Amino acid sequence: MADGRDDPSLKRTVLHALHTELGAKMVPFAGYEMPVQFPMGVLREHLHTRAAAGLFDVSHMGQLLLRGNGVAQALESLVPANLQGLAEGRQRYGFFTNDAGGILDDLMIANRGDALFLVVNAANASADLAHLRDGLPGVGIEPLDDRALLALQGPQAEAALAALIPAVADMRFMDARSLDWDGASLWISRSGYTGEDGFEISLPAARAEAFARALLDRPGVAPIGLGARDSLRLEAGLCLHGNDIDAGTTPVEAALTWAIPKSRRASGGFPGDAVILRQLADGPPRRRVGLAPEGRAPMRAGVALFDDAGTQVGHVTSGAFGPSAERPVAMGYVAAEHARPGTRLLGEVRGKRMPVTVSTLPHVPHRYRT
Amino acid sequence: MKFTEEHEWLRPEGDLVVVGITEHAAQQLGDVVFVELPELETQVAKGDEVSVIESVKAASDILAPCDGEIVAVNDALVDSPALVNEDPLGEAWFFKMRIDDMSVLDALMTEDEYKDFIA
Repeated sequence: MADGRDDPSLKRTVLHALHTELGAKMVPFAGYEMPVQFPMGVLREHLHTRAAAGLFDVSHMGQLLLRGNGVAQALESLVPANLQGLAEGRQRYGFFTNDAGGILDDLMIANRGDALFLVVNAANASADLAHLRDGLPGVGIEPLDDRALLALQGPQAEAALAALIPAVADMRFMDARSLDWDGASLWISRSGYTGEDGFEISLPAARAEAFARALLDRPGVAPIGLGARDSLRLEAGLCLHGNDIDAGTTPVEAALTWAIPKSRRASGGFPGDAVILRQLADGPPRRRVGLAPEGRAPMRAGVALFDDAGTQVGHVTSGAFGPSAERPVAMGYVAAEHARPGTRLLGEVRGKRMPVTVSTLPHVPHRYRT
Repeated sequence: MKFTEEHEWLRPEGDLVVVGITEHAAQQLGDVVFVELPELETQVAKGDEVSVIESVKAASDILAPCDGEIVAVNDALVDSPALVNEDPLGEAWFFKMRIDDMSVLDALMTEDEYKDFIA
């Protein structure tokens, strides 16, 4: 079985030695050698995160700062979100769109007061950087290559992190604050990619291993790999760029219009605004929906979806067995007339067409600290 | 018990052969969440895809290890796919075959040979 060990073309995060010590199975992901699972295994890591707390190394993701007068207004020319209205100490979800209304990448944007702090997908980080430099002349753009990124997720995340940094207990969902730990400046947001309460923590790379060990020493905290990260986010109905959204899907098709506020719908002023505003008014030709296969067989990415008449009406973009849902879960795109929850379709798995029902998302309820 | 390069084990039982997957295969697959068993009383040829295992990671085929007829399947795996991880060499057998020529087992690996094969 192929794995990424000792492949010199792959980058390593600063926690590589810790992962190896903890018995991680390492695989190539977005140019990095990353832990896909620890000895606990994907299924139990998933359940552990929902029951207690999971620690994820997401240092492969791109982190950068944008500075300068009017930086929020400038970034609004690339991202259809309300960034001028983003208060200091708050974070927001958004996406870079292209001229066709497609999604180049999705990202988190936090207002640090003196700068905007962006977290982008690892696979798109260099393209995003070029896109920002191209689109925002006059804005200071600073990639942060010397910071690690951790996520601590689950119902016991607050207790574990507050034992080290008591002030986090006062934060609510999508708050973003700078807090010190043992002399290091940690940029902490109350957010994540699992549907659970939890935190994402940017910190100096040189302190990341000591901090990760301190968290792993807390009761209930276990290291979690990318395998469980994927099944957790899928149950939570959260998109993976490159699977569920990409340059060929619009935010309207992707059911992400909640991230485009009224103020941006009125006047546009972002790439692809004509396409996106027209789809907002008239409805998109297809929609991203939840999918609940009726049997036990998972319907994975690429499975074709058919209506009763045998016409293909869509396809699965992410699918797996949901350990918390205790059944297969999936999401994908279907033609708008088949997007109503409860609609029965057929998904073709290994040549057999099996029933699957269009469902609402998430598959497992979110438990954010709102 | 004999072993194939496809990480299956075969155990003679009277005039039948019981087939399952090895502990090594179960470990590599990770947590098994779905098993599709072959149809009873079907004639299969060596190499036919007769069964499917889905783990949290991916789907894998189980191939017929030799020519013969499927005469029993282990329905317990449909309700409890996790048995494949818990007891791959025992309770988690997949199917029983009546094979045309029992001597084909002689050509398969012994346990020691299989251990060398996966080392």
